Amino acid sequence: MLFKLSVKNMKKSIKDYAIYFLTLVLGVAIFYMFNSLDSQQAMLEVSESTRDLIELMINMLGVISVFIAIILGFLIVYANNFLINRRKKEFGIYMTLGMGRRQISKIILLETILVGFLSLIVGLFVGVFASQFMSILVAKLFEADMTEYTFVFSMNSCIKTCVYFAIMYLAVMIFNTLTISRYKLINLLTATKKNEKIRIKNPIVSVIILIIAVCILGYAYWKVTAGISNLNTIEKMLGPIIMGIIGTVLVFWSLSGFILKMIQSRKKTYLKGTNMFVLRQLNNKINTTVVSMSVICLMLFVTITVLSSSLSLKNTMSKDLEEMTPADLNLYKTANLPESYENYYTGETVYYTDEQKEDSRNPVSYSLEYNGYDMNLLQDIVEIPIYAIPEWTWEVSLGDYFDTAKAQFAMLTYHMPETIIKISDYNKIAALYGNEQYSLADDEYMVLCDFDSMVELRNGGLKSGTIIEINGKKYHPKYEECKSGYIMMSTSHTNTGIVLVPDNFEFKDEWKEQYFLAANYNGKTEDEKEKIEETIVGNSSEWSQNILNKGIEIEGFTKISIIEASKGLSTIIVFIAIYLGIIFLIASSAILALKQLTESSDNKQRYTILRKIGCDEKMNNQALFRQIAIFFMLPLILAVIHSIFGIQFGLSAMASLASSEELLPSIIATIIIIGGIYGLYFLATYLGSKNIIKEEE
Amino acid sequence: MMGYVLEVKNVDKYYGNKSNLTKAISGISFNVEYGEFVGIMGASGSGKTTLLNCISTIDRVTAGEILIDHQDVTKLKGNSLNKFRREKLGFIFQDFNLLDTLTAYENIALALTIQKVNANEIDKRVQEVAEKLEITDILQKYPYQISGGQKQRVASCRAIITNPKIVLADEPTGALDSKSARQLLEAFESLNQKLGATILMVTHDAFTASYADRIIFIKDGKIFNELIKGNDTRKQFFEKIIEVQTLLGGDLNDVI
Ligand SMILES: Nc1ncnc2c1ncn2[C@@H]1O[C@H](COP(=O)(O)OP(=O)(O)O)[C@@H](O)[C@H]1O
Ligand SMILES: [Mg+2]
Repeated sequence: MLFKLSVKNMKKSIKDYAIYFLTLVLGVAIFYMFNSLDSQQAMLEVSESTRDLIELMINMLGVISVFIAIILGFLIVYANNFLINRRKKEFGIYMTLGMGRRQISKIILLETILVGFLSLIVGLFVGVFASQFMSILVAKLFEADMTEYTFVFSMNSCIKTCVYFAIMYLAVMIFNTLTISRYKLINLLTATKKNEKIRIKNPIVSVIILIIAVCILGYAYWKVTAGISNLNTIEKMLGPIIMGIIGTVLVFWSLSGFILKMIQSRKKTYLKGTNMFVLRQLNNKINTTVVSMSVICLMLFVTITVLSSSLSLKNTMSKDLEEMTPADLNLYKTANLPESYENYYTGETVYYTDEQKEDSRNPVSYSLEYNGYDMNLLQDIVEIPIYAIPEWTWEVSLGDYFDTAKAQFAMLTYHMPETIIKISDYNKIAALYGNEQYSLADDEYMVLCDFDSMVELRNGGLKSGTIIEINGKKYHPKYEECKSGYIMMSTSHTNTGIVLVPDNFEFKDEWKEQYFLAANYNGKTEDEKEKIEETIVGNSSEWSQNILNKGIEIEGFTKISIIEASKGLSTIIVFIAIYLGIIFLIASSAILALKQLTESSDNKQRYTILRKIGCDEKMNNQALFRQIAIFFMLPLILAVIHSIFGIQFGLSAMASLASSEELLPSIIATIIIIGGIYGLYFLATYLGSKNIIKEEE
Repeated sequence: MMGYVLEVKNVDKYYGNKSNLTKAISGISFNVEYGEFVGIMGASGSGKTTLLNCISTIDRVTAGEILIDHQDVTKLKGNSLNKFRREKLGFIFQDFNLLDTLTAYENIALALTIQKVNANEIDKRVQEVAEKLEITDILQKYPYQISGGQKQRVASCRAIITNPKIVLADEPTGALDSKSARQLLEAFESLNQKLGATILMVTHDAFTASYADRIIFIKDGKIFNELIKGNDTRKQFFEKIIEVQTLLGGDLNDVI
């Protein structure tokens, strides 16, 4: 009996349920899609050699999913609350018919379970199919090999989705029971009668406020684009953000009054059809929705900016990577191992073996060759020693500038010895990389550094002409500032400083700190190179088995692994951004939709009057459509304007990573995502509202 | 103009189903001439509103014909029905039915804008009618800023501004105090006499009814009596009404 009643009720209020159901289905689908990412084929193809990055991504998605679940939970409770409010009167009637609270609770419980179950199934269904499409998108974005397409279903993600949503539905049930238990019959029966006082704003004030708002926003826009060079700290960025928020609120506070004033002065437009009514609706309602409109606008702004910037981030990243990785291979190992060292954790003294010590007195190529590596696989080999002199520390390099530096960056370890390379050794590497080569006189030294804050520090020392005295000989800096250059490849500028000294600099043998090797693979095609890569990084080759057994530690970077790693990293960034962006989008659309539906119930009376004075259904629906369309468009339009500047800011903030040429496809993708979800909610709102205003009193 | 603006012929209106049938109206017939001011009186539940709703096409008759301006409204459907209502009928309701978000001016103008009347003409006509009903100075006010009587006059302006063939008013004074009621009825009188508007007014109040030219009494869904003012003064007419009311019996002072 109860079950039948529940099904009947749901059928009756199916259009009310539309938004709720839509939100649940989208929530479930998105949740499933992103939690199944790791098992998607495209993902496997992309990140074959970056297992730990995938691991990282799964962990991060896991943490973020908890956060997302909380957002969705609140959203679902909010949407559900709307439904309960809509039906207060219905429950009141049940109660007058002698139905107890407990029974009503049971009806609602059944409905919640029914809707939950249905939405879970539909959502999973949508999610599974949408994730196949996402795979294709991923493949496009990351150039993964998708020639062998397979259908993927992630059981893990499915179970996780069910568990999380079961918890959310449980929260909804508890919430509902609490709400119902607080109801009083009289309040239920009179629930629909609620008169709210209309406050009309002075149009002149509206116009002035709008002008102020536009100025504030304009200034904030200017600050994040033209004035961006001043925004170098987080605190300074707070200014434009706060201005943006205030500006947005003020725009929504004043906009409707302004529009009304504008259109009123154009009698032809104002006195046409139901225009007057729609505008007044807008003016009346927007007053009470300033805050929610602002929040929705800002959420949309974040969504648009994050989606389009992060999508374009990916596109440009791989381009720059080519330039940042001029050689195929970098290997290095510690030179001159001592007799023993103290284990950091246990405090034990560990003795090095003779083999380890012997190896450490020879360059990297020795370790390769001696342990059976086929050196023909490599070409363009450059090998250099890297030195460190205990008494030549950063502090020494900074000279008179040290006190200033210390005051500015107190945390740095200034007693660290400098990394020192002979000029001719460096030039060999530079020649291989295609970087600039340098020369030094016998009493000169110079510093290579490209890590921004370190450059600043070191320039201080160089400018003050710090003289270094080693072995009784004096050296002075050739240049007053750091030059760019590096020996180890990386994805970004992270060289904190290399000192170059003349070739006749007398090094003691114990100053030798590391052996460094740079080389290219002796292969023509990508495939050949990847095979060679495998002989270096893989554990299966004879060579790697040998050094593993002997406990010889050689570290390094390869071009392929750097590119893979950063691809994987940007994959993570992009997916998390899309995940959060879409959830934000769903949240803001759903809130907007529910607010509009609530208002439609309040507006019912007004549309009834319109009907009574002669408006037909077509006119009424048209007025309703326009009213809802304006409410949906206003926050979107302002968000788009915000985003134009926000994206530009985002791009210049990640200047080295993304460029504006790559923006167009991401913007198109963003438009499709936002248009789709926002459009769905708009449609559901319009149909639901139409249903509400059609109802008989 | 020749003939009748309204002809009600043998109209029945039943509510409910076979097991629980309410005959709200049964076999009612009467005519209204152009420029007439007709009142319909009856006790609460006698079927006045039902009759008015049938005439105004808000409700459908069970049987019978209703001709407005020689057109059978019971046969109209969909868009032509809406168009007919918009152009030929004016409504005044007990609870005003003004849009709270619109000013008085806009409430009146709305009746014209939905008929796609030219903007300049709208302004002219609103001013004209507002002057006749003496509400020029409150045109820019919102409904919550004006009294009940003023609201009803605004509603009356809205009803007649489209030059309807007939104005239908259901208990127009029902929510007004006696002074406002008197002002409104005087306004009706002048609409009727100066603008030649045809008015059909439903009321249960004898004083309100005494402003009409002719009164049709209804009891239990049937016509019970008819009174014509003729050359009587309003006071005399009022007394006649009271007489019929006593005849009718029942508690007429019950508000619906
Ligand atoms: N929608 C309806 N459904 C069922 N019965 C109705 C409906 N409207 C009116 N009635 C019944 O029809 C009769 C006449 O009602 P009504 O025309 O409202 O009377 P009046 O306006 O004279 O007070 C009453 O008995 C009332 O209960
Ligand atoms: Mg009535």
